[in-house]
Amino acid sequence: MSSGPLARLGPPLVTFVAGVGLGELAIRALDVSPLILPRPSAVLAAALAESASLLPALAATARAVLVGLALSSTLGIAAAVALAASPWIQRAFYPYAIFFQIVPIVAIAPLLVIWFGYGSRAVVAAAFVVSVFPVIANTLAGLRSVDPALRDLFRLHRASGLAALWKLRLPWALPYLLTGLRIAAGLAVIGAIVGEFVGGGGLGVIVLGAMRQQRTDLVFAAVAYASGLGLALFAAVGLASRIALRHWHASEGDR
Amino acid sequence: MEDPPSRGIALALEAVHRTFRSTAGGDVAALAGIDLCVAAGSFVALLGPSGCGKSTLLRLVAGLDRPERGVVRLRPGAPGGDVAMVFQDAHLLPWRDVLANVALPLELLGRPRAERLPLAEQTLARVGLGDALRRHPAELSGGMRMRVSLARALVTAPRLLLLDEPFAALDELTRMALDDELRRLWREAGLTVLFVTHSIAEAAYLAERVVVLSRRPARVVLDHEVALPAERTAALRAEPAFAREIGVLQEALRRGAALA
Repeated sequence: MSSGPLARLGPPLVTFVAGVGLGELAIRALDVSPLILPRPSAVLAAALAESASLLPALAATARAVLVGLALSSTLGIAAAVALAASPWIQRAFYPYAIFFQIVPIVAIAPLLVIWFGYGSRAVVAAAFVVSVFPVIANTLAGLRSVDPALRDLFRLHRASGLAALWKLRLPWALPYLLTGLRIAAGLAVIGAIVGEFVGGGGLGVIVLGAMRQQRTDLVFAAVAYASGLGLALFAAVGLASRIALRHWHASEGDR
Repeated sequence: MEDPPSRGIALALEAVHRTFRSTAGGDVAALAGIDLCVAAGSFVALLGPSGCGKSTLLRLVAGLDRPERGVVRLRPGAPGGDVAMVFQDAHLLPWRDVLANVALPLELLGRPRAERLPLAEQTLARVGLGDALRRHPAELSGGMRMRVSLARALVTAPRLLLLDEPFAALDELTRMALDDELRRLWREAGLTVLFVTHSIAEAAYLAERVVVLSRRPARVVLDHEVALPAERTAALRAEPAFAREIGVLQEALRRGAALA
């Protein structure tokens, strides 16, 4: 079995091209209004024609997403380490961490704008709020699942708590953390776009503007850019975990 | 033949009790008044049915757990690195290569880097893994992983080695090879070995003395000096003297299982 990039990327590419082609034909044949559903070729044309505004918007959204993700991974890991410190701390605080999971981001985005003002800080905050929970929950699960025999080994050699954290518990939690980050990456894009609806800037504003001008093709183009961003982040985290875990985790590596 | 004074640790357990709270709410006695003395430099096997409290006993000796009543004494006392433990599976750090896994105890004890790697390398050579230093645990067979685990335990030159059914998950041939290796390492290093097993043949083959425990709560059913030569080879397993030892231990194990 070959498992080169072609074998992995080929099938989804073929289905993508076929799906887009079929869509194009169907929309033409059914004569659907471009206000409802523009042809893929029209979306592509809009994406190219408006690239002067789309590309800087993509860059702004990407920057907010990356900063939000950086915040949610650092603060999320720190929160998980603190929660794992004792069952009491976990019992007292974990229910409130779940707040980040259930908070309706659309509803609190205006609040974030009130707190952080219009612009990128509110957008970063929105990306952070929706993406931090999977990092906390997964890292915590990893920290709590450390092999008891290895804990014993560290205790037997009088390892300090810091040494155990650094040399055993955090590396042990790494695969869990990376799974959490993969989920967080997609959520951060959603959070940023919603944040931009309210706080301004980036692809979110393009989507809103295009909607008001009834430029459905441009809405689709902006959505495509945003999806591309999410996909790229997802792939980047996947690549990072493949590299980080290539030696040791059954789910990764080339055996 | 082990005439020179051993550098091993002597061990004394007096009336040791340990009870656990079960998930159902009741108390389960794991150890109910264990008395046990182990001479410095000896090789003692603890033989008992699965779940009889053998592992609890080892954890008490290692200082990883405390008895409710009774005392566990190590003579001389054990500063870090003097007691080493080998678990039922290899339990290596999967992200570290073989060399770094074996160097881990030295690292935790704060030995300087320049000292750690050569020591780890030498220890790996002693268990026959001198050429696998850079491989990762996922690339090794079960037997090789257990050798790495053994090297990790020996790298600090411990004076008391505790083994908790270390070879139970391995196939018969690998297990016999590791038995021979362990005996050789013990005779070279002059340390005290406490070996927990549920295999009668393994206990008889390895140990100078076998302590048979009853089923839970564990009590000593038989304390038996193994009447076999110090030089043990695979051929011994076929000899009548070996079969006699097996018979004695089997009978004691059966008696222990019948105890309520």
